[in-house]
Amino acid sequence: MINHIDLSTVLRRTVCDLYSNLVTRPTGAAVRTAIETQLAELGGRTVTVIDFSNVGLLDYSCADEVVAKLLLPYCDDCPPRDAYFVFRGMSETHLDALEHVLERHRLALVLQGDGGEPTLIGAVSEAERRAWQATLGVGGGTSREIGGAAGLAMDEVEMVLEGLARRRLTMRIDDQWVAVGAPL
Amino acid sequence: MTTVINVPPSLDDVTFEQVLDQIAPLPADEKILVDARHARWASPFGLTALLTLAQTRAERAAFAPPEAEETVSYWNRTGFFRHATELFDIVGSAPKQKPAGESDVLLEITPIAKSDDVHEVVGRIQQKAQHILTRELNLDAKATMGFAMTLSEACQNIVEHAGRGGWVAVQTYRWTKRLGRRVVVIAVCDAGVGFRQSLESAPGRTRSDRWDDAMALEEAVVRGVSRFRDPGRGQGLAGVRRYVGRWDGKLSVRSGTARIAIVPSWDEDVALREGLAPFGGAQMQITIPERTAGR
Repeated sequence: MINHIDLSTVLRRTVCDLYSNLVTRPTGAAVRTAIETQLAELGGRTVTVIDFSNVGLLDYSCADEVVAKLLLPYCDDCPPRDAYFVFRGMSETHLDALEHVLERHRLALVLQGDGGEPTLIGAVSEAERRAWQATLGVGGGTSREIGGAAGLAMDEVEMVLEGLARRRLTMRIDDQWVAVGAPL
Repeated sequence: MTTVINVPPSLDDVTFEQVLDQIAPLPADEKILVDARHARWASPFGLTALLTLAQTRAERAAFAPPEAEETVSYWNRTGFFRHATELFDIVGSAPKQKPAGESDVLLEITPIAKSDDVHEVVGRIQQKAQHILTRELNLDAKATMGFAMTLSEACQNIVEHAGRGGWVAVQTYRWTKRLGRRVVVIAVCDAGVGFRQSLESAPGRTRSDRWDDAMALEEAVVRGVSRFRDPGRGQGLAGVRRYVGRWDGKLSVRSGTARIAIVPSWDEDVALREGLAPFGGAQMQITIPERTAGR
């Protein structure tokens, strides 16, 4: 199931209908809580598109509260639910704040560009980036297929793909791996 | 008895130390008269620090406004007297005040106490900053959003750590003496707990042998240490430092008896000053200079 969340709408609904900037920790915490409430109402495996298109400014504190604290529980061994995230509508200044926050927590996420193309941003190793790109490039496949496309040995690619799945950047469907953000 | 505290003709972050040196020997409940009659100019730091000073006094201080008409007019346009009349006993009549928002300054002196105040100043600065930063200071358009982000993080320091409200002001002016260029200056001052006491409140913190205001400033400003255990904390000041570095600016933070600065090549300030006259809370100044050809 694909779920869409417009952050500016959440901001206006939960904090103040005059605000367009995601600034301050209390604002970020309120927005994150609203997202978590919405996620809790959904069952099963979900991909949530979090849309920054109509957000003006994003500061470091708010990026930490909205994005990092949202993602962290899902990158744990026992995530609260089977949820995946794609971020879109991010400007260069949004990314400036976000990239530092991701690095600080060693997090990564899938960002959808203006043309719909997904990219990985944040803290990812070279092997993780290659495996994720290969998964995206082959349109999903087995470990063997992805390992071949990425130029990674079988035991290594298995480990890397498992790690990416734990970080909510790939998902496993039976024996197939799919990159989060790949066109469905 | 009332002690007269003389305000220097030009009041900025450096000369404000002269004000604090005069106050240092006095008990907090001693009546003071802050005499600004001979003041001719004040930076955003100078004006917000004067308001902060009033907040630190147990006995309400008196204030003598500048005699020069144009100085009074400028201080009035910054919103200084709107707040000063609430904090000081004004000697003589306070200048007639303009309604808030009807000013040519970039951001009038604005009280900061809660998260909503930060939203308010960020919203206001975005409307005015773009034109001034790009046209007058020749900064990249990207600098405008970063500037608002820096302002937001600097103000949040008050909301998150000070324990009481503070002040913010932003203005541009030509900094002839030190730089010969235009600058935009953010001043954020509070009379709260200060960096040392804030870090001391961190859960499980063990004190080292050397622990003072200077070390607290080094930890917070240079190493990004926060009183919160949350690893995501401390990013605000780190972000301010990055912005200042990117645009060849200067950051200085005073707290207690020390002052730390990230000093660009165009300035001759020292990185750390210790043993200053004590002053409660934290006072931050961010200076971004006009970009010139080749810089």
